[in-house]
Amino acid sequence: MFISPDEITQTVRMIQEEHLDIRTVTLGINLLDCVTEDIKRTSEKIYDKICRTGSRLVPVCRSIEKEMGIPIINKRIAVTPVSLLVGNVCPEDCVMIARSLEKAAEEIGVNFIGGYTALVHKGYTNGDKSLVKSIPQALNETERVCSSVNVATTKAGINMDAIRDMGHLIKKAAELSKETGGSACARLVVFANAPEDNPFMAGAFHGIGEPECVINVGVSGPGVVKSAIEKVRDKDFTVLAETIKKTAFKITRMGQLIAQEASRNMGVPFGIVDLSLAPTPAIGDSVARILEEMGLECCGAHGTTAALAVLNDAVKKGGTMASSHVGGLSGAFIPVSEDEGMINAVGMGALSLEKLEAMTCVCSVGLDMIVVPGDTPASTISAIIADEVAIGVVNNKTTAVRIIPAPGKKVGDVVDFGGLLGRGPVMKVNPFGSEKFIERGGRIPAPIHSLRN
Amino acid sequence: MTKAVLTVIGIDRVGITARISTCLAEANINILDISQTIMQNIFTMVMLVDLSKSTKNIDEITEELNNIGEELGLNTQLQHVDVFNSMHRI
Repeated sequence: MFISPDEITQTVRMIQEEHLDIRTVTLGINLLDCVTEDIKRTSEKIYDKICRTGSRLVPVCRSIEKEMGIPIINKRIAVTPVSLLVGNVCPEDCVMIARSLEKAAEEIGVNFIGGYTALVHKGYTNGDKSLVKSIPQALNETERVCSSVNVATTKAGINMDAIRDMGHLIKKAAELSKETGGSACARLVVFANAPEDNPFMAGAFHGIGEPECVINVGVSGPGVVKSAIEKVRDKDFTVLAETIKKTAFKITRMGQLIAQEASRNMGVPFGIVDLSLAPTPAIGDSVARILEEMGLECCGAHGTTAALAVLNDAVKKGGTMASSHVGGLSGAFIPVSEDEGMINAVGMGALSLEKLEAMTCVCSVGLDMIVVPGDTPASTISAIIADEVAIGVVNNKTTAVRIIPAPGKKVGDVVDFGGLLGRGPVMKVNPFGSEKFIERGGRIPAPIHSLRN
Repeated sequence: MTKAVLTVIGIDRVGITARISTCLAEANINILDISQTIMQNIFTMVMLVDLSKSTKNIDEITEELNNIGEELGLNTQLQHVDVFNSMHRI
């Protein structure tokens, strides 16, 4: 046989037992041609264009799933940042666009639509200002719309006015959705160096350098990596890194194949494969458990940052060769509420917010799906964002914060968001204030990139 | 030619190969290659099949194979050959 039965059963085992799947096929759609003078007409055109362009996404993905025998967990849409479409309107008018996005997502059968976004790293335009202000209401009135705000880049520095505002807006979004534990915040990401081609929610949007339409794919497979390294338990780091690299190659080949098939069947160009290892709350699909398999008693123990650095680098090296175009976030995700091992580590007292912050220096994304007490001041949330964003800006990488100040919840409580968003243990926040620091406002200048130390 | 790989895994018993190949024959699916092993009583069969002259579509075949699987306590999986080519061959 052209491929040995051993190799075939290995692949089948990855899919059936180790949760290998395609996490998302995301169709990016340009909406700039929907702009009109009248916001109502604009929102109608947006609805029409998404329905027209995206109608085949779900059926095409279903048929690929059948043919290849690989589950495609999510089908999603990313659109041009809405702040670029609205011009000089009031926040209520922006919410009209959010409703259009929601309706279109429902119509074509996708669970999330990203792009309720503003890029404000250097400052607000009028459109940005309205859109950002409307985010809490827009998220509360929808279930599928995902929002992101880019508040900093390595080249522009950090917009501290925007970070100050985001602290208040996150609190407001949590308050509006208090019946579901502040779940609206799970669809809101604050970015530094946001990628324009990220297929993963909640931070996906169709960047301005992207083509008219594009297919981007995110793979997953923490379970596959974990069972591969179980076989090299007593070996050194060279062997460990090699094993992860080879496994990442195989996982990413699946992403590349599905991306090519989806692109061919839909007649839409292939953009990138995102190499991120995305966990789910399911047992056996956890990034934290990979770190523990490397030899840590519990994720969060000293050595966790180094372990994550090994994992992240090896995944990138293996994945890069497997795909013709790599992009998006590409690294290991460490969302607390979406990773069974992370939830366990917080529960055991092994993993703190400070350790997570350190971990984000060596992996993609950042402080993701962190639940904090409902009485956390807005200025503290802003300061958490500022810290995380500074890591991204100085280290020339993407970082983000997705934080949920769960109304009425205290440290030790657990908030259940359901589905892929999982359940988050409420984490302890440093009780000392940052109010005056955040009140300063203005911009933190872009960092120098010579004289590196 | 549309080639696919059919993997059948489960507890060994009389008639597995017969049932599966009858099902394929009824749909006019040609078996190009077949490999079968039994390890610790676990039956593993890997078949390379040609779907190009099949009288049934992939949904129908998958469903029939699943039904046989349920009846005999087997796990069946039909996948396009590209899955294995792309994962195991550069």
